[in-house]
Amino acid sequence: MRRYFGRKLLIYGLTFFMAVTVNWLVPRLMPGDPVASMLARARVAQPEAQEALRVYYNNLFGFDLPWWQQYLNSWGSLFRGDFGISLWAFPTPVADLLTRAVPYSLALLVPSILLSWVVGNRLGALAARRKVLDNTVLPVSYVLTATPYLWLAALMAWGFGVVWGIFPVAGGYSFSMTPSFTWDFFADLLWHWLLPFSSLFLVALGGWAIGMRNVIIYELESDYANYMSALGAPQKLIRRYAFRNAVLPQITGLALQLGVLVAGALVTEIVFSYPGLGSLILAAIQNKDFFLLQGAFLFIVLGVLIANFIIDVVYVIVDPRTRVGMAGAAA
Amino acid sequence: MRWEALYFAVRNTKLLVGAGIILVLLGIGVIGPFFIEKPPSEYVGMQMQPPGAEFWLGTNTFGQDLWAQFVHGLRTTFLVGALGGGIAAVIGMVVGFLAGYKGGWIDEILNMLTNIVLVLPTLAVLFILNAYIGVRSAGMQALFIGLTQWPWAARSIRAQTFSLRGRDFVDLARLSGVGSGRIIAREIAPNMSSYLLLTFILLFGGSILIASSLDFIGLGPTDAVSLGLMLQQAHQWSAMHLGLWWWFVPPGAGITLIVGALYVANVGLDEVFNPKLREL
Repeated sequence: MRRYFGRKLLIYGLTFFMAVTVNWLVPRLMPGDPVASMLARARVAQPEAQEALRVYYNNLFGFDLPWWQQYLNSWGSLFRGDFGISLWAFPTPVADLLTRAVPYSLALLVPSILLSWVVGNRLGALAARRKVLDNTVLPVSYVLTATPYLWLAALMAWGFGVVWGIFPVAGGYSFSMTPSFTWDFFADLLWHWLLPFSSLFLVALGGWAIGMRNVIIYELESDYANYMSALGAPQKLIRRYAFRNAVLPQITGLALQLGVLVAGALVTEIVFSYPGLGSLILAAIQNKDFFLLQGAFLFIVLGVLIANFIIDVVYVIVDPRTRVGMAGAAA
Repeated sequence: MRWEALYFAVRNTKLLVGAGIILVLLGIGVIGPFFIEKPPSEYVGMQMQPPGAEFWLGTNTFGQDLWAQFVHGLRTTFLVGALGGGIAAVIGMVVGFLAGYKGGWIDEILNMLTNIVLVLPTLAVLFILNAYIGVRSAGMQALFIGLTQWPWAARSIRAQTFSLRGRDFVDLARLSGVGSGRIIAREIAPNMSSYLLLTFILLFGGSILIASSLDFIGLGPTDAVSLGLMLQQAHQWSAMHLGLWWWFVPPGAGITLIVGALYVANVGLDEVFNPKLREL
């Protein structure tokens, strides 16, 4: 088990290292003088902000220092939690903007990922080897999983928000509200949360149902399933055992899908103008706010790595074989 | 063997339906632009026209012909999907074959690299690359997508190669002094050719979906129209609020159809190649 976690943590550490390095390197690969072009491209109105930015950039990049010192400095400011100042929302620090947006993103991501995984697995397990159900669940799942997240979000916003008019189409809460710990505000939050959540949930659902169906069929053909049915075990029991075995590859699949799910959440937020990381990234791209973009990138990488680690821990709890150091160690 | 595959291929509904949809859309994308004289961004008619006889998919708030955009967009979308999926498949094959066949420290290093790129959230990396280096063409976008999409393909090809490596016919080839490259190309790859094809199809679909997200967020090619860019413009100019459904429904439906048809064709092909899965 120690070997398993050691290897995983090594990979995550290297990944983070690589992400920070890419984050440091890419601006330096940009053709021309990055400071000048960033200032030219940044849409900053006030002249004092312009000047402050020029000084700030030059200090920050420290182009007069040798490259290794620039690199080490970037790690230093990272550990101090210093992601720079946003240009778009000058002079708010990037870290503040991001920490304000993260709760909204998590509120969308965590429930939609967990619920779609649980429901999708149940649905796929039910559909496997049951003709009628299989013929309905499978095609619907294929359509859902082929749907771009942003398109389903746009369809739902248009259908429920504009045509039907029963859901809000934009924002995390009504403009007339001020954030507070009251029931009214909470209900309003929930109201705005429901559509983006549902569209994320639905697209993710299809993939899990297909995956679970295929694995269950494979499990039902395995020796232990045949042996049990030869012994006369009830079909329900065999299915339960198959389900438990089939959950393991689905947990691995969850770890592999995290990047896609996060990406889906980002574009869904943009469709609904939901005040999470996705909307920040859009603002950063539109306003050429590279500090904000890079900060968001590191936040996302860090979040995905932490989620991966949590899944690893869950895997160890669920699969006893990893605990005695047999399977899984090679992963 | 090949004829047998063909026999089952023409009898597989999933494959026929999937491939049929793809061919029709591909045909529209390839041939369609020749029948549309004006460039897709030209202002050709009244603004906000609903679909009709003159403009099949209507016009947007600028009076651009949405059918023209859709046809050109299909072409770009297929191009990005094929190119991005192709690049990812090639990288995945090289890494997977090398790691699986060579083993040892080459495997260790390549496997570590694969795992690192695998946990990196692809789209976030693409944000950074596209925003700084700037993607101004569909080919560039496809290249970036291909460079980030290969890990899972490499991983599964490595596993398959690993299991083929110990077979007698591979040992025989090795004993007769054939080089590694030739063994991989002549002995190992042909034995998993169907699997490689399936991998490419999945990468194709995945690349289209990623490209649409990139386009939507404003990091699409600037020299072309794509289905994702149509969605981005529809959102930017609030087509949803204006009720211009013909602006954002067709491009999204196009993407869903292409990717869904690819997935369904993929399942069909799997059944053709794998006798265990056939429903006869």
